[in-house]
Amino acid sequence: MKAAARTSLAPVLGLIGLMLVAAPLVGSGSTWVTLTVAGLAMGMIVFVIASGLTLVFGLMDVLNFGHGVFIALGAFVATSVMAGLAAWAGGSALANLAAVGAAMLVAMAVAGAIGLAFERVLIRPVYGQHLKQILVTMGGMIIGEELIKATWGPDQIPLPLPDVLRGAWVVGDAAIEKYRVAASAVGLVVLAALLWTLNRTKVGLLIRAGVQDREMVEALGYRIGRLFIGVFVAGSALAGLGGVMWGLYQQDVVPQMGAQVNVLIFIVIIIGGPGSTLGALVGALAVGLLANYAGYLAPKFALFSNIALMAAVLAWRPRGLYPVTSR
Amino acid sequence: MSGLDDRVARRESWLDRVLSHDRPRSRWLALALVVVVVGLLVAPFAFPGAKAMGVAAKMLVFVVLVASYDLLLGYAGIVSFAHTMFFGIGAYGVAIASTRMGEGAGAVVAGTAAALALSLGLSLLIGLASLRVRAIFFAMITLAVAAAFQTLASQLSDLTGGEDGLTFRNPPQLSPSWEPFDHPVLGVTIDGRLLTYYLLFVAAVLLFLALLRIVNSPFGRVLQAIRENDFRVEAIGLRTVAYRTLANVLAAAFATVAGALLALWLRYTGPQTTLGFEVMLDILLMVVIGGMGTMYGAVVGTVLFLFAQNYLQDALGAAHDALAAHVPALAPFVAPERWLLWLSVLFVLCVYHFPTGVVGRLRDARRAAGAADTSATESRR
Repeated sequence: MKAAARTSLAPVLGLIGLMLVAAPLVGSGSTWVTLTVAGLAMGMIVFVIASGLTLVFGLMDVLNFGHGVFIALGAFVATSVMAGLAAWAGGSALANLAAVGAAMLVAMAVAGAIGLAFERVLIRPVYGQHLKQILVTMGGMIIGEELIKATWGPDQIPLPLPDVLRGAWVVGDAAIEKYRVAASAVGLVVLAALLWTLNRTKVGLLIRAGVQDREMVEALGYRIGRLFIGVFVAGSALAGLGGVMWGLYQQDVVPQMGAQVNVLIFIVIIIGGPGSTLGALVGALAVGLLANYAGYLAPKFALFSNIALMAAVLAWRPRGLYPVTSR
Repeated sequence: MSGLDDRVARRESWLDRVLSHDRPRSRWLALALVVVVVGLLVAPFAFPGAKAMGVAAKMLVFVVLVASYDLLLGYAGIVSFAHTMFFGIGAYGVAIASTRMGEGAGAVVAGTAAALALSLGLSLLIGLASLRVRAIFFAMITLAVAAAFQTLASQLSDLTGGEDGLTFRNPPQLSPSWEPFDHPVLGVTIDGRLLTYYLLFVAAVLLFLALLRIVNSPFGRVLQAIRENDFRVEAIGLRTVAYRTLANVLAAAFATVAGALLALWLRYTGPQTTLGFEVMLDILLMVVIGGMGTMYGAVVGTVLFLFAQNYLQDALGAAHDALAAHVPALAPFVAPERWLLWLSVLFVLCVYHFPTGVVGRLRDARRAAGAADTSATESRR
C-alpha cells in the first residue's frame, strides 16, 4: 500500500485537473496559455529551490528554516557577477547566455560554500533536537539576511534580464515569454540530474535508503553524516541557483526575498511530503500554477490560495502527496 | 509563639494561592520579581517622562504576550510563528472598532470581543489542521499563515489603514486630555494616560497570574509531559492533539488581549508594531533569555530585553562612529540599523549556551548552593 502511494498517479492527474478547471474560469484561451506557462516556469524554479530542502529534511530530519538565506545570497551574488560582466550582458546572444551561466555557477559555488559553514557551525550542535533546530536556523536566517543587507545595502537591486532572454514568442494569440521557457529548461535539467543521481548512482541509492531508514544505512557501515553534509551543500547550491532564477524572474532582488520564498517552499514540501523529490516537483508545479491563476482571478487572495491548497492536500493525504519517510 | 506560626502559615498559603504554588524558588529571582513589580507599580510617579512611561507600558504588555508564548514554546514544546498574528488581531480589533463605532468603552469591548472570537476560530482551525498531522508541520504552517495574514492586513487598507495603520481615540476617561483633579498628586498630574497605565498594570498582573494557574494545573502538567514524550502521553490514553490544540487556543486568546492592551496604550495600530516579523523575533528572544518553561522567565526576559533594546542601539551607534573613522569597511556591520543582526547572534548563542535562560541559571545556582550546604553539613558530621 505504501509503495502504491509512493508512485501514485492521482496527484499528477490532480495537477492536470487544476489546469483544466482553470481554463473556463480564466475565459480567454491565450491568457490561459500565458498563465499556464508562467505557472509552470515558476513551479520549476520553486522546485529547484525546494528539492534540496526536502532531501535535507528527509535524510536527517533537519528542518532548515534558514534555507531562504541561500536563495537571497544566490540572487545577490548574481547581481554582482552580472554587473562585473556588463560587457557580456550587453554583447551577442552567446555572450548573454555566458554571463547568465557564469552568474549561476558563481552563485551556486558561493551558496554551497556558505551552506557548508552554516551546517558545520549552526546545525551540527543541534542534531536530533527539533525545537532548537527551528530556533537556531531561524536565527541563522535573520543573521544571513542582515549580513546581506550590510554587504549589498538594504535596498532593492535591479537584476535585468540580458537581451537574448527578453521579449516573448507569439504563438497564435498567446504570448510566451522567452525567459519562462529558459527557466523551465534549466529546471528540467536540474530535475533530470537529480533523478539520475538518485536512481542511477551508488550515492543516490544511499540517499534514498537514508531517507527511508537512516539507522539501517548506518548499521550497514555507511557514514550517513558525510552523506548528509554533501546533500546539505548540494541543496544550498541549488537554492543559490534557484535564487538567481527567481531574481531574474522578478527582475529585481531584495534582502527579504529569502524569507518570502521560504514560505512558498514550506508549503511545497508539506504538500509533496517531506523527503520526496517527486512530491516536491508536483507540489511546486501546483503552487506555481495556482499562484498565477489566483493572481489573475483574485489577486488579494493569491497567498491564501496556496494555504487553502495545502489544507486541502493535508485533508486528503495527511502525510503529504508522496510520503517516503518512515518517521 | 504558635499564633505567630499560624500567621506565617496563613501568609504562606495566601502567597501560594496567588502564585499557584509555583514560587520563584530562588532568592535572587524573588528579589528581581519584587523589584520589577514595585518598579512598574510606581513608574508613573518615579519616572514620569513620556519615554520611560512608554517603556514601562510596553513591558506590561509584553510580559503577558511573552508569557502566553511560553505556554506554547516552553511548556507544550510547540513552535509557532503566528503568535504576532493573534497579537495583531487584538490590536486591530480595538483600533477598527474605535474608528468605526467612534471612541467609547463600548467600542473597546466590542473590538476585543470580536478579535477574541476571530483568534479563537483561527487558532482552533490552525491547531486542528496542523497539530493533527505532525507537530513539526506546525512551525511551517504557522509561518505561512502569519505571512499571508500580514500581507492581507496591509492590502485591506480600507479596513486596516494599510501600511500606515490606524490612529484612533480612546474612551474619554482613558485619553490624555481627561484630568479629574485640579491639582497634581505627588507632583504628577492625574490624567487619562495614567489611568490607562494602571488599567494595563492590573490587567497584566491578572493575566499573568491566570497563566501561572494554567501551567500549574493538571492541564499544564500534561502539556509538559507532551513536551518531554508525546508518545508516552498518548500511550497513557490522553489525546495529545486535544491538549496541544487547547494550548494553542489559550495562548492565542492571551496574545489577543495583550494586543488590545497595546492598542489602548498607543492609540495606534499598524503592521510594524504588531504583525512584523521583528516582533516575533523579539518575543522569541525574550522567552529564551528569560528561560523557556518558566512563567517568571517571561517577566525577567521581557524587562531585560526591553532595557537592552534601547541600550544596544545606542552602543551600536557609538561603535559605528568609532569604526567609520578607522575601519570603514566594517562600519556597515555595526550600523544601528543592523542591530537585528547582533540580536540574532545573541539569540543563537542563548539557544546553544544558555538554554534554561536567566531563571534556569538562578534556580540551578540555588540547587548547587543547596547541594554544597548539605555536603558541608555531612562533612561536619
